[in-house]
Amino acid sequence: MMFAEVPLFPEQASTTAQHVDALFFFLCAVCGTMAVLIAGLVLFFAFKYHRRAEDERTPRIEGNNKLEWFWTISPLFVFFIMFIWGASVYTSVALPPPDAPEIFVVGKQWMWKIQHPGGQREINELHIPVDQPVKLTLTSEDVIHDFSVPAFRTKIDVIPGRYVQTWFHPTKVGRYHLFCAQYCGTSHANMVGTVIVMEREEFRNWLGSQAATGSLADQGRQLFLKFQCVTCHSANAEARAPVLEGLYGRTVTLNNGRAVVADDAYLRESILYPEAKVVQGWEPIMPTFKGQANEEELIKLLAFIKSLKPGQTPVRNEEASPPLDAPKVPPGGNPKPRQAVPTSPSQGKSSQP
Amino acid sequence: MSTNESVGAASRAAPAGPARHAGPTILAHHFASLEQQRETATFGMWMFLATEVLIFGAVFTCYAVYRLRYAADFEAASARLNILIGSINTIVLLSSSLTMALSVHATRVGRRQMLLTCLLLTILLGGMFLGFKVVEYYKDYVENLVPGLAFDPSEWTKVEGTEGPVHPQRVQLMLVFYYIMTGLHAAHMIVGMGLLIWLVVEARKGLLTPVRYMPVEVIGLYWHFVDIVWIFLLPLLYLTGTHHVTDLHF
Amino acid sequence: MSSAITTGFIPQAKPRPPRAPGENYLNVAFGVRSWLFTTDHKRIAILYLVTVTILFFIGGAAATVIRLNLMTPTGDLVPADTYNKLFSAHGIIMVWFFLVPVVPTVLGNFLVPMMIGARDLAFPKINLLSWYVFTIGAIITLWALLAGGVDTGWTFYTPFSSKYARTNVLPTMIGIFISGFSSIMTGLNFVATMHTMRAPGLIWWRMPLFLWAHYAASVILILATPVLAMALILVGVERAWGIGIFDPELGGDPVLFQHLFWFYSHPVVYIMLLPAMGIVSEIVTCFSRKHIFGYVFIVWSSIGIAVLGFLVWAHHMFVAGQSVYSAMIFSALSYMVAVPSAVKVFNWTATLYKGSIAFETPMLFALGFIALFTMGGLTGLFLAALGVDMHVHDTYFIIAHFHFIMVGGAVMGYMAGLHYWWPKMTGRMYSDFLSKLAALIVFVGFILTFLPQFVLGYLGMPRRYHVYPPEFQVLNVMSSAGASILAVGYVLPLFYLFWSLYAGKPSGPNPWGATGLEWQTPSPPPTHNFDETPIVTTGPYEYSMEESAGVH
Repeated sequence: MMFAEVPLFPEQASTTAQHVDALFFFLCAVCGTMAVLIAGLVLFFAFKYHRRAEDERTPRIEGNNKLEWFWTISPLFVFFIMFIWGASVYTSVALPPPDAPEIFVVGKQWMWKIQHPGGQREINELHIPVDQPVKLTLTSEDVIHDFSVPAFRTKIDVIPGRYVQTWFHPTKVGRYHLFCAQYCGTSHANMVGTVIVMEREEFRNWLGSQAATGSLADQGRQLFLKFQCVTCHSANAEARAPVLEGLYGRTVTLNNGRAVVADDAYLRESILYPEAKVVQGWEPIMPTFKGQANEEELIKLLAFIKSLKPGQTPVRNEEASPPLDAPKVPPGGNPKPRQAVPTSPSQGKSSQP
Repeated sequence: MSTNESVGAASRAAPAGPARHAGPTILAHHFASLEQQRETATFGMWMFLATEVLIFGAVFTCYAVYRLRYAADFEAASARLNILIGSINTIVLLSSSLTMALSVHATRVGRRQMLLTCLLLTILLGGMFLGFKVVEYYKDYVENLVPGLAFDPSEWTKVEGTEGPVHPQRVQLMLVFYYIMTGLHAAHMIVGMGLLIWLVVEARKGLLTPVRYMPVEVIGLYWHFVDIVWIFLLPLLYLTGTHHVTDLHF
Repeated sequence: MSSAITTGFIPQAKPRPPRAPGENYLNVAFGVRSWLFTTDHKRIAILYLVTVTILFFIGGAAATVIRLNLMTPTGDLVPADTYNKLFSAHGIIMVWFFLVPVVPTVLGNFLVPMMIGARDLAFPKINLLSWYVFTIGAIITLWALLAGGVDTGWTFYTPFSSKYARTNVLPTMIGIFISGFSSIMTGLNFVATMHTMRAPGLIWWRMPLFLWAHYAASVILILATPVLAMALILVGVERAWGIGIFDPELGGDPVLFQHLFWFYSHPVVYIMLLPAMGIVSEIVTCFSRKHIFGYVFIVWSSIGIAVLGFLVWAHHMFVAGQSVYSAMIFSALSYMVAVPSAVKVFNWTATLYKGSIAFETPMLFALGFIALFTMGGLTGLFLAALGVDMHVHDTYFIIAHFHFIMVGGAVMGYMAGLHYWWPKMTGRMYSDFLSKLAALIVFVGFILTFLPQFVLGYLGMPRRYHVYPPEFQVLNVMSSAGASILAVGYVLPLFYLFWSLYAGKPSGPNPWGATGLEWQTPSPPPTHNFDETPIVTTGPYEYSMEESAGVH
């Protein structure tokens, strides 16, 4: 237990860390000054005005309104600065850069399962290249966890039934703690791991050396066929469901007139609760895949759908049978085939988060 | 509460002291005047009702969050609730508030017989409410509207007249809230009935008079509050969905 | 002296029974029944004192094992499940069965009627009932905690608590639910008493700040506790019947629980804090022998804290998935709620200016409060800043922050009050030397225990971890060493306070030379508090005898 090895301040390994620390030091300076001032005054008064005689008299000072208003209002100015600065750091973390590569994280009791876009999988470890922003999409399979990397100063609760997103831009090669920071049961303290930031070249080598079973999108394509999504989403004359090519990120109109952005949450919801948001002009006949596709498979399906470019919808594999709940030809024949999902003007909303 | 003090209050004020006051007295030992005592009792009951607003408010808020999120499902579930019994119960409960108010009036003008009648009517009406509630819960059970006990998800996959297809699990959510909210309300009714029965006992002993009327007034406040909660429950739970005349059943 | 007001009508209460000389509330009757069936607010306060003290030491025992386990990074003392049950027990007991009740039910119950000039609280039987309800709730909770335990943390987050935890969640929540009624009853009693039972001449603006503090805290008790009750009911229903209110599989939202929970649990910290601040106001002015500086501002600050305290709950949820806009609103409001607390600290400091300061034990504890609460409050500014909270949320930084306020603040304030009013409650003085020693030990032990935790937190050590990376060990050992010192400081008063009951010097009615109605009556007071209804003609802090330039 050498004292020289006792860390007193965490490493700065991301751009966010620098921002957070700057704010932190400002707060230390201001609050430290206030603490010293008050402590100093209290001690000074305590000694200067200590009771010297039992019959000592004190002046009757009931207050001083000007002084009171002064020290009521002036902290507000300082607090305002703190608030603005804090909000700006927070907002920058809340808005991931749009073209950062996306890594999927699934937290479950008591491990982190990580999937790279190329299909590489890790448990409790995250390899990323230095100097490149990376976006994380996270969900939980059971209780609320929290993905915390102190060296990056990032932390986000990981919630079951939802996707959340965060991002970071590592600036320093090294190995850093990954903690679960939301109590989640017996082995909460063991739900820890390591974030390994590597030089770009090393990272490429590492990616290549991983036994990948195909990229996430490739695996998603296999699931698309396995679950027979292609039966309805066939993008041809017999299609009973909207075309998914180029869908991700577009604004779609629902059958109740509302317009929504087809983002990760929308896609996930449409697979699990298909009747929730039905696209205008289509019947609500899609069966649910709840209980059939787990979180990791959902992630792969999403990766596939996001990667779908025009003309890439797979052809139905005749060897596989349609899914159990798939509708037969609906009464009255097939609905009019459509070529593309009707989109509405973006109405001032950007299609990317 | 201090208004529960009746005969013997004076002797309790001085456990070891020799001096006792002759005769019954209403004024508790720690109050300076009857006026102060009454003011305090009313004030205490209003504050207690504030806590009740908060507890019902908390569950109403949760209900509202889900209601907004899952409009179609909640509408579909609400349409299956028994609006006939709900309406009858509303009339019953409002009437009981009337008889309760009359009880307070009767106490203050010293009409003991009227007081007893009105209290008994209030108890009767309250009992009718609870009775109808039991019938309604039984009917809900028979009609497969009890999640976890009697519920058939296949009934709910498509319901006519709602905004969109309906999800059985979200219907269950609505029904759970229905039972919690009406159950909490019914529990408050039962407590109220107990208080009313105590009032009848006191009235028969002749202890509720134009001078000692606070118990009736304060319990009356409580009863009216429970009534008002129902006035909120009815539209929130029952009137979200559309009910047709042809659906009315007992 | 200000001129007496014309009182006109003095309400004719029942005449008080004649009192034997030396008769007081303690010796007026003996035997268990006279205690268990009492409606005297002073005896009820003593009943609470006994119960709450026992619970404090049980919660403290849990903390001791926690800190011992954290001496090594590999958690060698207790297995993970036991550790999880320990920190849950510590939080549950300390929050609901010590910090929330202690000042209002012990000192508040004893003093509110006396400071008001009344004979008892508005509802004495409800007061006794509240003690029974509290004790029953405590027994149920303790049983649940000791026979199997609960491992959800005091925060009971869903869906872990509603769906996954396999421990005694339901009985624990039932115990807490029951004790919540006790909170409501106490708050109700105080507010009613202050509204309707003030002595003649005691207008609102002449009430001591201790009373204002309890008024504000009581409003929070009344309005916030029912929301906790509903949160517990909903989780209980989900556990008992497997129905998903917070279960995402069934369409529920686990974060909704957090909103419901924190809507209560943030105001609850002000329930714990405001009464302690009221104590400090009384003590600082008495031992500076000077009028309090800025009475009106302190009053409005107390009310402001109570009101604003209801508007900041989601600052516990900055990383829980709320929208950025929502987070910013709560951050801004959290900064606003810091202002009234700061104003109070400034006012106390200004009271010291040109005072005549004596360093009796209560004053030492009160000065300790000012120092530690200020530090804790300043770290709150760090947490209100979204950018920093993002990093330190759910780490030891948070633990250090709230312990500075709750222990360095509220518990210190309670100790100050206990030492200040002990002579009034018992008629005895305690050892001057030992009590000052205890104050010093507590102060030093506290800083040693919790200051390293700020560092640990910024380093990233999460809370509720029974094992941790080895490089954090030195700081953890420091913290545990401090805790052992702190423990001594808390155990010491048990001895000298008890001892004072048998061998302490009789204190007389007013050993500190304080103003305030409670000091105008014998120590210990007679059952009916005052032999004659006092009439109030001045404000509560008429210490200073001279007019001075520089007023307003």
